[in-house]
Amino acid sequence: MSADLSELYQQVILDHNKRPRNRGRLPAANRVAHGDNPSCGDQCSVYLRMDGDRIGDISFDGSGCAISQASASLMTTLLKGRSSAEAAELYKNFHEIVTTGKEPEEISDIAAFAGVHAFPARIKCATLGWHAAIEALKGGPNVTTESHTD
Amino acid sequence: MPNWNDIRRDFPILHQQVNGKPLVYLDNAATAQKPRVVIDTLSRFYERDNANVHRGLHALSNRATDAFEGARTRVAKFINAADSAEVIFTRGTTESINLVAASWGEANLKKGDVILLTEMEHHSNLVPWQLIAARTGATLRYVPVLGANAEGGLDLAVLDSLLSPEVKIFAFTHISNSLGTINPVVELCARARARGIVTVIDGAQSIGHMPVDVRAIDCDFFAFSGHKMAGVTGIGALYGRRALLDAMPPYQGGGGMISNVDFFTSRWKPSPERFEAGTPNFADAVALGAACDYLDGLGREQIAKHDAELAALAYQKLATLPGIRLLGPTDPALRSGLVSFAFPDVHAHDVVTFADEDGIALRGGHHCNQPMMRKLGLTGTTRASFYVYNTPEEIDLLVANLAKTLKFFTG
Repeated sequence: MSADLSELYQQVILDHNKRPRNRGRLPAANRVAHGDNPSCGDQCSVYLRMDGDRIGDISFDGSGCAISQASASLMTTLLKGRSSAEAAELYKNFHEIVTTGKEPEEISDIAAFAGVHAFPARIKCATLGWHAAIEALKGGPNVTTESHTD
Repeated sequence: MPNWNDIRRDFPILHQQVNGKPLVYLDNAATAQKPRVVIDTLSRFYERDNANVHRGLHALSNRATDAFEGARTRVAKFINAADSAEVIFTRGTTESINLVAASWGEANLKKGDVILLTEMEHHSNLVPWQLIAARTGATLRYVPVLGANAEGGLDLAVLDSLLSPEVKIFAFTHISNSLGTINPVVELCARARARGIVTVIDGAQSIGHMPVDVRAIDCDFFAFSGHKMAGVTGIGALYGRRALLDAMPPYQGGGGMISNVDFFTSRWKPSPERFEAGTPNFADAVALGAACDYLDGLGREQIAKHDAELAALAYQKLATLPGIRLLGPTDPALRSGLVSFAFPDVHAHDVVTFADEDGIALRGGHHCNQPMMRKLGLTGTTRASFYVYNTPEEIDLLVANLAKTLKFFTG
């Protein structure tokens, strides 16, 4: 297995893919948004229970490749308890990591996604759940990866 | 009988390494590679004969016109059309189907009419009909596909009841790009014809892989692309029965398709010019003629046999992989040269990324066939599709690679 490929499929990603965290509908959700990747048919719905401006609880469901599922799973663990401004900041960091391969300054599982940048076709897989989450925070219902540059 | 090993020499692109491994190109249902003779025909046309067709009075224009119309005659012969005026050059299958839907549909469909499709249609033979249905008030109806893995093909038992008097047109694929199913097109056309229903065949997956005789099939329209039959991209054709074409309005307006233009009205030329507004893609059409020659040189019966043998071998070897779900007909006689499959725990995109690592080009996703995938409870499949230059050794490489991928993800 090449260095690039083992960078892409890191242990953290395989673990989240195999044992996704916060997967399933959130019965108490007061925000939900659905993300589609039209090029491959992957789907991801993100459910939020907002307590004021803070994400009180979060879950996701849908279907997709290991990268998209692991990314959505890890995202839910990072976003729980955050304000929408904090969530936007985290997404900005994540986006930079998957598009440039730059390691984050703080130690974080997010670093596992740095390998994605070597596979440009897979960046949309990694960002699908995040797009849905950001859309849910804005109160929008649907988002497609085609409306974003990546 | 072609020497299948020598054929690889005809395709320059195959002789390269991808990720340090010899390229194994198994994405032929998306686009096929081009033999040297097709590439050279295109270059030679631009180097020697290029000029705009039909209008010029000079030597190059005459040569280009002869080459272009020669290509039309060649394509007509390739599909055994009665008359080369029944061959309209388009950008490919998608444009061909859009042409029929827009032009024939606008003149013939109204509220209460039904367009019959099948559940296995590619989006290119589905969305154009949704568009014309919305414009005319016609509605869509679907022939179901049978079996949990779509192994049963089209439900022919209910076809006659679906072909009710409201149905005006029946459009279906010759070969499914996502399942590999070969549909019984002769029977489908005969049943529709008996009720006066117009038939449209999406021939994208069949044209380069088996003999196609539009008169033996007895269809009204047959749409196909050049790039899936060893021709170049950007050129394809629509075959249409002369009597239907003569009664259809133009698809687009412009130069080349009129017999007379006034400030307020125009008169149209007959087919094919009526449907080829603007400067046609003559250079790529000439290269398509060369692709016809190349495939007939190999023999299309032989190509069909070769592709089917590879698919049968692949199907048999893939079936040994743990948990694999193989889609489409189980009977090799009903299957074309592709195999579509899914694993319960490994997504198609991960499979394709791991294959690419070993230089193997596969397709993963919904194959522009989303409604069918949803019906099967899948977001997508992995597809290996074969052509004249593929070998049994490449199937072994594929199976070994997939076994490795499965081991990585499922331990």
